[in-house]
Amino acid sequence: MNRKRAFTMLFLILAALHLIIACAGFFATYNPEEQNRELPFAPPMRLRFFDGQGYLHARPFAYPLRLREGSFDEYEEDRAVKLPLHFFVSGARYRLFGFLPMRLHLIGAEAQVHLAGTDGLGRDLFSRILFGGQISILAGLLATGLALFFGWCIGAAAGFYGGWIDEILMRCAELFLALPWLYLLFALRAFLPLTLSPLHAFFLVVGIIGAVGWARPARLVRGIVLSAKEREYVRAARGFGASPFYLLWRHILPQTRNILLTQAAILIPQYVLAEVTLSFLGLGVPEPTPSWGNLLSSSQQYRVLASYWWMLLPGFALVPFFLGYLGLASSLQEQGAPSNI
Amino acid sequence: MDVSKAKFLYYLLFLTSLAGNFGLGSVLLAQPQSDKTHEEFLSLNGETGRYGGRIVLALRAEPKTLNPLIASDAVSREVLSTLQADLIHINRASQLTEPALAKSWKVSSDGLRYTLKLRQGLRFSDGHPLDVDDVIFTFQVYLDEKVHASQRDLLIVGGKPILARKLDAQTVLFTLAKPYGVGERLFDGLFLLPRHLLEKPYREGNLNQFWGLTTAPEQVAGLGPFRFKEYVPGQKLVLERNPYYWKTDAKGNRLPYLDQLVFLFAPSADAQILRFQSGETDIISRLAAENFTFLSRQSRGYTMMDAGPGLEYNFLFFRLGDLDSKASAEAIKHAKWFREVKFRQAVSAAIDRDAIVRLVYQGRGVALWGPVTPGNKRWIDTAIPHPPRSLERARQFLREAGFSWKKSPAGEEILLDAEGTPVEFSIATSASNADRNKMAALIQDDLKQLGMRVQLAPLEFRSLLDRVTQTRDYDACVLALASFDADPNSDINVWKSTGNNHLWNPNQMHPATSWEAEIDRLMEQQLSEQTFEKRKHLYDRVQEILAENQPMVFLASPDILVGAKNSIGNFRPTVLEPYVLWNVEQLFQRSTEGGTSP
Repeated sequence: MNRKRAFTMLFLILAALHLIIACAGFFATYNPEEQNRELPFAPPMRLRFFDGQGYLHARPFAYPLRLREGSFDEYEEDRAVKLPLHFFVSGARYRLFGFLPMRLHLIGAEAQVHLAGTDGLGRDLFSRILFGGQISILAGLLATGLALFFGWCIGAAAGFYGGWIDEILMRCAELFLALPWLYLLFALRAFLPLTLSPLHAFFLVVGIIGAVGWARPARLVRGIVLSAKEREYVRAARGFGASPFYLLWRHILPQTRNILLTQAAILIPQYVLAEVTLSFLGLGVPEPTPSWGNLLSSSQQYRVLASYWWMLLPGFALVPFFLGYLGLASSLQEQGAPSNI
Repeated sequence: MDVSKAKFLYYLLFLTSLAGNFGLGSVLLAQPQSDKTHEEFLSLNGETGRYGGRIVLALRAEPKTLNPLIASDAVSREVLSTLQADLIHINRASQLTEPALAKSWKVSSDGLRYTLKLRQGLRFSDGHPLDVDDVIFTFQVYLDEKVHASQRDLLIVGGKPILARKLDAQTVLFTLAKPYGVGERLFDGLFLLPRHLLEKPYREGNLNQFWGLTTAPEQVAGLGPFRFKEYVPGQKLVLERNPYYWKTDAKGNRLPYLDQLVFLFAPSADAQILRFQSGETDIISRLAAENFTFLSRQSRGYTMMDAGPGLEYNFLFFRLGDLDSKASAEAIKHAKWFREVKFRQAVSAAIDRDAIVRLVYQGRGVALWGPVTPGNKRWIDTAIPHPPRSLERARQFLREAGFSWKKSPAGEEILLDAEGTPVEFSIATSASNADRNKMAALIQDDLKQLGMRVQLAPLEFRSLLDRVTQTRDYDACVLALASFDADPNSDINVWKSTGNNHLWNPNQMHPATSWEAEIDRLMEQQLSEQTFEKRKHLYDRVQEILAENQPMVFLASPDILVGAKNSIGNFRPTVLEPYVLWNVEQLFQRSTEGGTSP
């Protein structure tokens, strides 16, 4: 029972996180692509309730940042001006869920307030993290769906029919696992047109990850199908004249449900990160569109980590997602198939 | 030109050195000495250092070879510059030539004959004496077609190889088929080869396999301040003091001061920074501005120096030139915009170069409107206008070229060409170069304000180069070039329409435009002019044509940023390569234990 509750909790938390990301435009403060060239690498602004005289303000406020004279990235707060936060304000245009044109934002202020600081081009990191999540999470979900679907079909066919079909499909899977993907992707990039709109790039990422990822789930599914088809109730059903399709659908594939769910929970975070690698080969989502992948790739440099710690925040945004998904995976595994089979 | 001045300086130095060394004065100059112990030193000014210790620095890659004939990568060249020496050398600080292994030289009035006089008593690092036959051998090897030396092209002047002839035991005569504007700068970087070690492999035809990193140290000899001692694959390359080196300090002490020079291999900028920060290396160079700021802030026991703008110029260029028959309708349309000079001028006017210098180089760089950077003091054309960014002027250019604007349903402005097609193109960059990606992102945003939709295509570097130079399948690209010398001839491959670095339209049979034809003519003409003033005048015109026609939209040039431990003496970085090791023979450790532990 307790385990069940933990599972429900995890599921609800994940659902809430996904909802926030889905409504990124509403929660974000600015257009994630807008450059503010006067504020490169500005640190996150502190939200305050007490002002310099020690007075309490009911409405949180921030002090605007100003570049220190002669410096490139050292800021000081301008204590003379207060920027109180306002709620449910009208701001930059965006499309809710990708189609509803809106201008309503949860928070805003009279001048630029960067809750998570800015990047090297003065773009608001908080907004970029939220919008980047849309791309990355969706890519992770779709790619996982694609990989599992192919893996499931191929694995089931190989396990159920056996013989030469099994041989061919499994050797293919091994080939896929053994191929040097990096080099193939280089070659692929050379064939593609130079310009990929963000939308094309997005589907390309999903397609590539899905196409590369099917082999492992296929092998897992095949194993389960192999053992399941020899069970007595399956043999009995076969003896009563059940068709192969009925056997698969009714008796065998339900056994793979848990392994698929566990795989999904493991693969989603993995595929979110795969996008970083693809960006590097020019196959990812191009600038200025943010994604967690390209946000994180800027923190690969040592001095960024050392001088601008807030550039790591996209990494922290990943943490609850990864923990959520991995927790989900392990609780699925615990509830999972082995004891049932 | 500068020869007489340099010669005078040399004699001055030479005399003081002799006086210091032997107390003999000027008599020795008059007659050649057969005395084996007599050596003609080159004496250098600078702080007098102390002997001993070593300097450790990191290379971003392992050198590929120690063989000057095939070394073409920057890392190998940098290592070679400490192992080898040339007849006449370009002083990296003054950017002028100065005597090296040749103690003096004369140029005939028609500019066709160079008579070089060798220093006496020169010895290779293995103790074997150097004579004129080594010089003749060296040029024979460089010019031999079968050797495929990378220096060969430099030695073909006016279609004919340079002839080297021995006049007497100390004198060589070089004859050119045509006057050569570069003059004696030509000899810089042409390292002399030891005949006693290389003649046999040369006769056997396997010279190119010789002097790899695995060669036994006693098989490698040169005339540079250091000699090869040890190579540990994947870790380090150790050089030791050349006891026969031919330079002294002002007090007559034989250089170099250091016992050892150690190159560690650290593949990434981050690895180099960590090593420098931890004190493992003594010198760091080729720093990006952000890393420079970062190191300056933590400075403990080292000093960071900004040597000023170097010779690297970053630029945006469009694909010009003809399309082949397979080109898509889209590519043909794009080519039409790019060929319109007003379109390129509009792009140039819209780019915020100050923002590039500020955001990409943290202010440690300069905005550029031409290919010659302020670091190249002698050749920059200061008359080139520096118009500030102006979207209004950019729109004016576009209007004149028949472009117009309309509002999109989302309220954004869209630029349309004369046929009503929205202007949309891509800019390719190297995915691994954070600086140029940032530049491209800034340009993208600048051009958006003109209604152009620009997409960025970060590519892996080799496939980027392949697209630009081979398949020519791209719209626009942000790249950088760094001349290896201040002289315009080092960029001749870029400006001449036949050149393979004529990036916007390489390897043309005939110049595609009249201004490219004029550049070709000017570059050809300056090659054979003999005075600096005349050459400068011609090259100024080239710079003006480039600034006017914008085949490359010049963006910015980064400063040369370096750092060294405070314990290192005579550290004087320059803006010419090799930025920090050019005076390696004079570098020294102030404290005896100065060298770092392995």
